[in-house]
Amino acid sequence: MYFDAIARIVSERTGCDIADIRPESKFAELGIDSLDTVELLMNLEDEIGIEIELDRKVETINDLDQFIQSRQG
Amino acid sequence: MLKGKTAIITGGSRGIGKAIACKLASMGADIAVIYAGNTEAAEKVCRECREAYGRSAKAYQCDVSDFAAVKETVGRIKADFGTAHILVNNAGITRDGLLAMMKEEDYDAVLDTNLKGAFNMIRHCAGLFIRNRGGCIINITSVAGIMGNAGQCNYSASKAGLVGLTKSVARELAPKGIRCNAIAPGFIATDMTDNQADNPLLERIPLGRMGGTGDVAEAAAYLATAAYVTGVVLRVDGGIAM
Repeated sequence: MYFDAIARIVSERTGCDIADIRPESKFAELGIDSLDTVELLMNLEDEIGIEIELDRKVETINDLDQFIQSRQG
Repeated sequence: MLKGKTAIITGGSRGIGKAIACKLASMGADIAVIYAGNTEAAEKVCRECREAYGRSAKAYQCDVSDFAAVKETVGRIKADFGTAHILVNNAGITRDGLLAMMKEEDYDAVLDTNLKGAFNMIRHCAGLFIRNRGGCIINITSVAGIMGNAGQCNYSASKAGLVGLTKSVARELAPKGIRCNAIAPGFIATDMTDNQADNPLLERIPLGRMGGTGDVAEAAAYLATAAYVTGVVLRVDGGIAM
């Protein structure tokens, strides 16, 4: 649901081709560490207008997407 | 020098916090003063920042040991100032006593305000700093946290804890351009040290006198602008803890 938004921000941040980003892509493989993931979520919060506390590690794009959806109720 | 920056100072109504608030305002920063109880004193500091230095300044009453209250207060500061760039964790209390007689609540109260309070503030300001890809955190520790001080095991433990917190935050947030340093004042003349006049350690200060709050504010001004300095514990102590 938030895949496109996440993929776009990751692409902008890392310079990788957005077409290469898939739901199962791991953040670490995209050159994004855990602190970057926190920043990414903050960028998403600002963009989508939500507020989410990231209280667990997320490994893949899909993990983050699912996490946000779970917090959206 | 700090034009366009907003600085949050906890314990900003009196003593060292007041001196730091006024110093940063004199350098161009807008000021958010967080205070525990003395509304009149906090408002007076804000008035001075506005009238003497032409800066925006606002006071917020908040118990920094309360995680949820700090979150709410930082949210209000964000709404009022847009964001924040500098955080000075200065709020601190003492409940002195011999370890063998110390009450559990006196130990907990000092750790909760001095150490957990700093964590709470950093925790809730981190989002602002990460979004800004920059920020400056200054934790006011103490030479008691470096040397220890008989009768202050709780205070010393909290201040030593702040040193560890400072260095961990400095390492963790450096990739985002966020610096974190500490200042370790020695004997500084404030309300808190009123009861230290007979402390024999005073005679062992190499520079031969107690410090003033302005001495600590000068150090804060330096750390607020020292772009390549992080993870440092800067003693402002007349040499007592060297």
